[in-house]
Amino acid sequence: MSEISEEVREAIGRHPFFAGLDPAFVREAAVGAEPRTFGPGTLVAREGTPAETFVLVVAGKIALEVGAPDRPTLTVQTIGPGEVLGWSWLLPPHRWRFDARAVKETHVLALRGDRLRPALAAHPAWGFEFLRRFVPVLAERLENTRVQLVDLHAR
Amino acid sequence: MLGDRTGSPGGASDVPLAPLPYQVRSVVRETPDTATVAVVPRGSRRIGPTRPGQFVMLYAFGIGESPIGVSDETDGVLYHTVRDAGRITHALTRLTPGDLLGVRGPYGHGWPMEAARGKDVVIVAGGLGLPPLRPALREILRDRDAYGRLEIVYGARTPKDLVYYAELQEWRRRADLRLQVTVDAAGRDWYGDVGVVTTRLPDARFDPERTVAFVCGPEIMMKFTAQALVGRGVPAESVWVSMERNMKCAIGLCGHCQFGPSFVCRDGPVLSYGELAPRLGVREL
Repeated sequence: MSEISEEVREAIGRHPFFAGLDPAFVREAAVGAEPRTFGPGTLVAREGTPAETFVLVVAGKIALEVGAPDRPTLTVQTIGPGEVLGWSWLLPPHRWRFDARAVKETHVLALRGDRLRPALAAHPAWGFEFLRRFVPVLAERLENTRVQLVDLHAR
Repeated sequence: MLGDRTGSPGGASDVPLAPLPYQVRSVVRETPDTATVAVVPRGSRRIGPTRPGQFVMLYAFGIGESPIGVSDETDGVLYHTVRDAGRITHALTRLTPGDLLGVRGPYGHGWPMEAARGKDVVIVAGGLGLPPLRPALREILRDRDAYGRLEIVYGARTPKDLVYYAELQEWRRRADLRLQVTVDAAGRDWYGDVGVVTTRLPDARFDPERTVAFVCGPEIMMKFTAQALVGRGVPAESVWVSMERNMKCAIGLCGHCQFGPSFVCRDGPVLSYGELAPRLGVREL
């Protein structure tokens, strides 16, 4: 079994996504988790590669990018402190669906998806509470995408 | 609720209908299709003093009139930020120093500055919604202690569409306000936030029950923004939006700008979301 860093466990517990969750679950989530720092311009995730971690943003800013061969890379959203990056780790085939790049020096907590998934499946109460927090993130991003599609600044 | 907003109701007896001759003093290109035009009276006659949120009719001689918000009035100089979006505004953005144009106004009810005193103020601008809000912002900054927290959220389609870039930097440096700038999409050369303007509202700091919000931008942006502010607990009556609806006569006679029971030129352009909300949900109104 991987070791748990008490410092990391406490940091996970302080993150708004995890705040108030069952301490036993926070402890489980902290197994194998680690803090990571990304310098400005470096990739946090690359489209198509295995999505092995659930990323909690602690400080800094991450840009979600969409690229196509015939046009410049476009940033469609930025994510900041207190927010979470993506759900590719949760849903098969567990591969990133976009590029994520640090806009400035960014500190995150990277939680292991292969530890979280079975823990959530084995403890329905944890799974329910986790999804109760995750679904609003999905809903908010879906709503923002819809608003983006409407094109608020259309002339 | 009309009485506590700035400006006259804009009736035929309040302001002359004939445009007065003004001369272009300077033109600042804000974006490829947007310019800020500063004008001064050509003779001794000038339009009355403007209040934040009011608009004037600018007349490009031989082409036509267009309603344009006042983005500043300093030492008798009127500033208007115009986007090239049609025949008349194309002509207005092509003016050069020394050119003549006609000005009549000011018209309409502006931002409820008095109602905002003593309260937190949230200013949300989308695209070219910032210019009509700038006079309100400047008035607040001139008498900063009379207001509570000041939050500004400004969104545009891309970084190239942001106006008043130098002023944004100046506001960002101030300790007595918080400015968030976001764009809907950007390239890698943009280091700011990306996301629609409503995504920045959760980060805005204000006491909802003691907040007055001024919102200006495209109608759909104002609708979503007002909904988000009400969702944060701001009373709908404390959210004010500036409508733009095809104003022609500007004095409530022609009916071109009718929006349900209101004539936007006469009853607005600034109206309470509490009053407008039911109408903003009516399709094709």
